[in-house]
Amino acid sequence: MPQFRAWFSRLLGLFQKNKRDAEMVEEMQTHLDLLTERHIAAGMLPHEARNAALREFGGVEQIKEVAREQRVWRWADEFVQDIRFGARMLLRTPGFSILAILCLTLGIGTNAAVFSWIEGILIRPYPLVSHQDRMFAFIGTTRGVEGHNGLSYPDFLDFEKNSTLFESFIVDRIMGTSLSVGDRAEWASGGIVSANYFDALGVRPILGRGFRPEEGTGRNAHPVTVISYRTWKDRYKFDPNIIGRTQYLNGVQHTIIGVAPEKFHGTFVGYSFSFWVPTSMQETFDTTGYKLEDRGARWIEGYAFLKPGVTRQQGQAELSAIAKRLENDFPEANRGHEVQLVPLWKTPFNGAGNMSPTLAITMAVVFLVLLIACANVSNLLLARSLLRRHEMTMRLALGAGRRRLIKQLVTEGLLLSIIAAAGGIAVAYWCRNALVLAFPSPAPGIVIDYPGQIDWRVLAVSAGICVLATLIFAVVPAIHASHVDLSGALKSDGGGVVSGSSRSRLRSTLVLVQVSLSFVLLAGTGLLLESLAKIQNANPGFSTDVIGCSTALFSAGYKQDRAKNFYTQLLDRVRALPGVESATLTRVIPFSYNVFSSSAIEVDGYQPPPNEQPTVEYNQVAEDYFATIGIPIVSGREFTRTDDENSPPVAIINETMAAKYWPAKNALGQRVKVKDRWLEIVGIAKNANYRTKLEIPTPFFYVPLRQNWGVQNTLLMRTRETPGAMLNALAREVHALDANLAPGIPYRLQEQVDQMSYSQRLAVTLVAVFGAMALFLAAIGLYAVMSYSVSQTTRELGMRMALGANAADVLRLVVSRGLRLTVAGIAIGAIAALALTRLIGNLLYKVSPRDPIAFGSALIILIAVALVACFLPARRATRIDPVRALRN
Amino acid sequence: MAKEKPDLVYGTLDMLILKALQHDPRHGLAIADRIQQMSKDILHVEQGSLYPALYRLEAQGWIKAEWGLSDNNRKARYYKLTAAGRKQLSAEEEHWLRITKGIDLVLAGG
Repeated sequence: MPQFRAWFSRLLGLFQKNKRDAEMVEEMQTHLDLLTERHIAAGMLPHEARNAALREFGGVEQIKEVAREQRVWRWADEFVQDIRFGARMLLRTPGFSILAILCLTLGIGTNAAVFSWIEGILIRPYPLVSHQDRMFAFIGTTRGVEGHNGLSYPDFLDFEKNSTLFESFIVDRIMGTSLSVGDRAEWASGGIVSANYFDALGVRPILGRGFRPEEGTGRNAHPVTVISYRTWKDRYKFDPNIIGRTQYLNGVQHTIIGVAPEKFHGTFVGYSFSFWVPTSMQETFDTTGYKLEDRGARWIEGYAFLKPGVTRQQGQAELSAIAKRLENDFPEANRGHEVQLVPLWKTPFNGAGNMSPTLAITMAVVFLVLLIACANVSNLLLARSLLRRHEMTMRLALGAGRRRLIKQLVTEGLLLSIIAAAGGIAVAYWCRNALVLAFPSPAPGIVIDYPGQIDWRVLAVSAGICVLATLIFAVVPAIHASHVDLSGALKSDGGGVVSGSSRSRLRSTLVLVQVSLSFVLLAGTGLLLESLAKIQNANPGFSTDVIGCSTALFSAGYKQDRAKNFYTQLLDRVRALPGVESATLTRVIPFSYNVFSSSAIEVDGYQPPPNEQPTVEYNQVAEDYFATIGIPIVSGREFTRTDDENSPPVAIINETMAAKYWPAKNALGQRVKVKDRWLEIVGIAKNANYRTKLEIPTPFFYVPLRQNWGVQNTLLMRTRETPGAMLNALAREVHALDANLAPGIPYRLQEQVDQMSYSQRLAVTLVAVFGAMALFLAAIGLYAVMSYSVSQTTRELGMRMALGANAADVLRLVVSRGLRLTVAGIAIGAIAALALTRLIGNLLYKVSPRDPIAFGSALIILIAVALVACFLPARRATRIDPVRALRN
Repeated sequence: MAKEKPDLVYGTLDMLILKALQHDPRHGLAIADRIQQMSKDILHVEQGSLYPALYRLEAQGWIKAEWGLSDNNRKARYYKLTAAGRKQLSAEEEHWLRITKGIDLVLAGG
């Protein structure tokens, strides 16, 4: 306790310093007066009495100093002094201060903004959902096969029933319906969700209620729906009596029982849902039939919430054990099937999985920006400490302690960092808002929600890195400065012409470090930018000019035979339209969220490893599909109109499938068994991208639509017309076939690709912005160090000119010196970059870590900046009157 | 830097100040007088060194200072023992007695 009191009293003393000092003086004065009076009373003369009193008392000033020390920590006192002095120094060189603070502010601010943005998307992607730290995607996998499946509903219930480490499981299956708005059909995305969905997520509807447990079961028994806030606003105009009203969804009248809160968009990264229905209504929304009792139908995507304190490994172990039991109990349906708990940011069935590589690149780039900023400030501090050598020497000579000097330099560095960190918060806040402005919704129905606040952890980390870097580099020159041979330094700094060799060595080192560091960073940023551009421009393997259009037959209640009729006639009519070169149908278009069919296959002559069930995805397409969408047939033939119910079943496989199952022989004419039918392979198609540009090539095959009719298909057309121009013609043809139908809005496949790679394009823009910033900072840093270095030799240049050198000679000297340093720095940087860029190898897309373009541009940029940085101060130096240069 | 230079055994000044304040509050000069008087003129406190010690004791919370009037109507800072100071004083007295007894024994044994 006494220790604490003493501490507190001293702390208080720090703030009441002036008052306490005054009291102390007064008290001692009283003492002296009393003593003097006593001596006078004893018969001394007043002045004698005073002197005697002073003698007895001792040295007043020393005693005051000692007494002060008793009250205040000396270092704290000095700290305040240092801060004052530091602030004065920063104000005296505003150029330096502004530059340093600007660099740090940009570095800290952008990092904080991007990190928190990324953190928002990856770690807490769903606004309003509680316990996202314990939330994991729950997916099915097949032994020996890359990628994921869904889960079947019976399996899902068994997992829910038999596990003990989980708080809850939820189903969340994306689907859609067409809502007719006037004479136009509008597509709305919805979710088929388990009845516990809203309760498990901790999301309370703002009107009405969520689903009741009994509403999850019973085939089509509970036509109820919870609508989103946006639907409530746009479609129902904030109708306060919305609860209990009905709405046709896919031809079934649903009762609206609740309205979700404004910020809740569902649990699917990249899509904002308009409504939710319980699992019991699955058949109404799934074009491929009733699945709630089918253990082989793997359609469920969902999430699992671990109980607090349970690790993912423990949860995974329990689920794997249950999966093993299910495999034993239901070998027919479950052989080879496993399950996996996946962190949210790797969720494979929504946008999150696609985004993580690009987000990682963005993160790497902004971190490089921060590194450059730190390097800049450190170099600036170092350079300035050399400028202040004379001051330091003087202070040492006047008796300042070395530790005191170091402390002061560190305080100045700290002051810079703190100001910059405060600025960084402002920049981060502004950046976030700017991000929202710069990137509005990519497509109707998609809302990217940015959590409103800056993540403080991210900010703390960025600021911490900056402060640390500044401190380290503030200490180095400080120590250097404090080890000075006093007499020598005073002499040479005062009047020497050619500076000491150790100083010029340090200066050269500064330039070398800055150049090589900048080179590494620029080359790295260049590589990342290049790979993002490559991703962006990558050919998906099909022609993206093709126009697609779908008509909502399933929603309109069509069954298979009627749909078959409709599509056959529609194809004939569309092919006859002027300007249409070719037209076809496909069940699933590439780069859509609709899933391809997938099936267990058997291959003649291919023996799968035990416990493995080869499963391959496929698509149902009409004749002329490959010609229309522009996927080349490598060998064999395209589907024709006669590949229908009356002819033998056939298939076209992709190159990867051919290589995997028929490695030694030609796959043409071979057979593959799909859903109990043997199909003959009549063609091999070139690989294409099916979902994203980043996917790894997987086996894939096509079957003729005419042998596998479904109700919902998309029309694809190759035409010179624009999608807008096609709308009227299509509407006319569809109307002629069924007066109650309207086609959806036609679009180019490019739009679909863009929508799916929205996050990628966002990242490209961001990386370009931050790359430019990195370049800017590196250029500033190099310029500052270089021009400082040149300006230090002004005296020497003056001397040379006095001895007869002309301006051109001096310029040549300075520039060649600077270039020599730059080239040396680039050489060091290139060696370092060659070693370091391999670290980001897995972030690169079709770009070698030693890509000459990235390295070449870094080289050119740095040389150009170095030239400018040498030339300007050198020219200034040549204009100085030699006499003045010498005298200064 | 000038260090306080006690006329006394090093480290005993604090204890003597506390003792001088045992019964009545006193100002600086009075404390010096009191110590001198109690020691029958054997101990002389160097007046100046009194103040650093007083501030130290105050910071420890053993004494408290208040402005008051001296006998001849002068404004002076009066120091008073706190409860914690009292405890400290008895602890130091006990400690001192033990030490001196030990020293006595050593010297007597010679």
